[in-house]
Amino acid sequence: MTPEPLELGVGRAEVTHHVLSVLVENKAGVLSRVAGLFSRRGFNIYSLAVAPADESRRFSRITIVVDAASAPIEQVVRQLDKLVNVLAIDHVNESSVIARELLLATVVADAARQHEVVRLCSAFGAEVVDVSSGEATVMLAGHPDKVDGFEKLLAAYEVTELHRTGLVALPKLRSPLHAVPQLAATAG
Amino acid sequence: MRLTGAQALIKSLEVVGTEVIFGLPGGAILPVFDPIIDSKIRHILVRHEQGAGHMAEGYAIATGRPGVALVTSGPGATNIVTPLANAYMDSTPLVVVSGQVPTGAIGTDAFQECDITGVTAGITKHNWLVTDPEDIPRTVAAAFHVATTGRPGPVLIDLPKDVSQSTMDWYWPDSGDYDLPGYRPASRPNPAAVQRAATLLAGARRPVLYVGGGVLNSGASALLYALAERTGAPVVTTLMARGSFPDSHPQHLGMPGMHGTYAAVTAIQRSDLLVALGARFDDRVTGRVDGFAPDAKVIHVDIDPAEHAKVRVPDVSIVADCGEAIAALLAALQTRETADLELWWRQLRDWQRRYPLAYDAPQVDGPLRPQSVVEALRDHSPEGTIVASGVGQHQMWASQYWRFEEPRSWVNSGGLGTMGFAVPAAMGAKVGRPDRTVWAIDGDGCFQMTAQELVTAAVDRIPVKVAILNNSYLGMVRQWQEMFYDERYSEVYLSNDVPNYVLWAEAMGCVGLRVDSPDDVVPTIEKANAIDDRPVVIDFRTDPAEMVYPMVPAGMGNDDVVVHPSQGKARR
Repeated sequence: MTPEPLELGVGRAEVTHHVLSVLVENKAGVLSRVAGLFSRRGFNIYSLAVAPADESRRFSRITIVVDAASAPIEQVVRQLDKLVNVLAIDHVNESSVIARELLLATVVADAARQHEVVRLCSAFGAEVVDVSSGEATVMLAGHPDKVDGFEKLLAAYEVTELHRTGLVALPKLRSPLHAVPQLAATAG
Repeated sequence: MRLTGAQALIKSLEVVGTEVIFGLPGGAILPVFDPIIDSKIRHILVRHEQGAGHMAEGYAIATGRPGVALVTSGPGATNIVTPLANAYMDSTPLVVVSGQVPTGAIGTDAFQECDITGVTAGITKHNWLVTDPEDIPRTVAAAFHVATTGRPGPVLIDLPKDVSQSTMDWYWPDSGDYDLPGYRPASRPNPAAVQRAATLLAGARRPVLYVGGGVLNSGASALLYALAERTGAPVVTTLMARGSFPDSHPQHLGMPGMHGTYAAVTAIQRSDLLVALGARFDDRVTGRVDGFAPDAKVIHVDIDPAEHAKVRVPDVSIVADCGEAIAALLAALQTRETADLELWWRQLRDWQRRYPLAYDAPQVDGPLRPQSVVEALRDHSPEGTIVASGVGQHQMWASQYWRFEEPRSWVNSGGLGTMGFAVPAAMGAKVGRPDRTVWAIDGDGCFQMTAQELVTAAVDRIPVKVAILNNSYLGMVRQWQEMFYDERYSEVYLSNDVPNYVLWAEAMGCVGLRVDSPDDVVPTIEKANAIDDRPVVIDFRTDPAEMVYPMVPAGMGNDDVVVHPSQGKARR
């Protein structure tokens, strides 16, 4: 069963994307194998985020947002699955996934305008993480749609630096009734 | 037992059953060459690492066992990149071990350093950089497992010099203990898909069994034979599958594709059911994909999930080993009646009768017709002869005019199209099957790329035979320039008199012979076949104007197949 392509936010509305959550062995060169596969097969990566996925650091999770127009997603998944270091691939859609992205931006704002920035941040649940006399650095972690919206409004200021992490995603837990105690146990 | 990493590597190769290594030493791999002196494994010292790779491929193709090559770091490793890419395209099991600079020097641009795992990541099934001698036995076991299971392919182990010099406690991993958590090579045929395929096959009025190299890799020729006999369906064998089904079988239509027989090409085009067995809908077979087999439903059997729906979306997809899938299909057909194919065969026989493979009659004084040289080789060589070829016109004529009767008797470079493949690949085949006569059917352009390995053949007593179809041109390129570039021949003429192939062959320790006139073809072949203590090279002087027919022009559909001019314009 193939999930529908994901419509990702205002800035990217013209392109549809697929989100692949890929569990790989955490070994030297694995990221380059994954990225190399995409480039040599002509699949386009929109964003990519990677970090260790378990306490032993034996595995990593890569969240790849793929340009849906560049190749049939089944072909991307099957080619990816042939990489010996790839353990599992989840092709996820919006209804079955928790997706988040983090944005850091530095905007020009003198003392007079800084309260506006603070107000904008509080409306989005963003934080002001660094301030100087003429600039402020803000951070927002949230659904990519929300991050898109925030970025759009930030454009009212002079943005000197902006960095988005790309999407990270995990499948939604199937049954909250069973999942919640497990999560609590892990956390405890 | 304490062993050096180098000793552990050679011992590991012995444990997995390696009988021969093709290699060439150098600085970073020096430690590994020392224990070779004490090993029962035969080592063949090549003259260029590309030769080692193609020999290992020829060995693997002719025997079904993985080929092994051993090279040094840097240029040694980059010289074997072409064979790795070739083996990857043709799904040939190959294990290459390369030396690497010491771990502490990696990344410093050290002498003869090259990031060969990075370079070969896209042309190997997998590769490993070993950083701890303790990992050597497990890595070798894993490498052979990956190379030979699922869809076979090449792998590379990169071994830094300090790792091969330091010591470890010898062990051998339990079967299955490969530390490959992400590798799941095969699945069983899905029973529901098999039932649907059997229903389609039983009901088809114009079926074609489209057989690819996967049938050979699976060792499924006998099962394919049974399926053909059970269904009565026509069989076409791709360039990679020649020998998987006897050419002498009346249901065999020959090779499909750009230079396939008219009957094979057109049968696919008009079929109502295409049963693709270990084939991947390569562009040389399909021509324009949108015009390929337009009325056919497709059953696709392939062990590689990524080949399914890559080019053509199948109606039934069976992701499995060809042998297992064919066996399941045969079982499912037991309870079904298959349709009467008499009308289909009447049509197929008519195409075969009207458009057989054809070439102009030999000229009395020469130059020779290359096709007739291949036929003479075929008719005057011992039964069971193995044929290797390079890439180009001579390869197509060899595939068209030889009669392949058994698996693993055809050694060629299909997917990558590697010129220079024939001589070293024939040598590898001869090393693996020393009881067989091995002919390399080569072109003059190809021969000049790797001929130096005949020195290896002479010194190491590998008595292969080479037939150069010498037309003084890069013939296939010439043919394209004639057909598609208004006969503007750009950089395709080699030379009519240099090199002197007879002298060159003799200088390399081979017997050198030359044939100019048709009368001398058979006697010279018989003379060559009688020599078994040295390699033989025959320089056959052939007609540069000869073209390979039939031909589906590049970018055209299979319906536009051009037959030999003597047959006029093909009409269905």
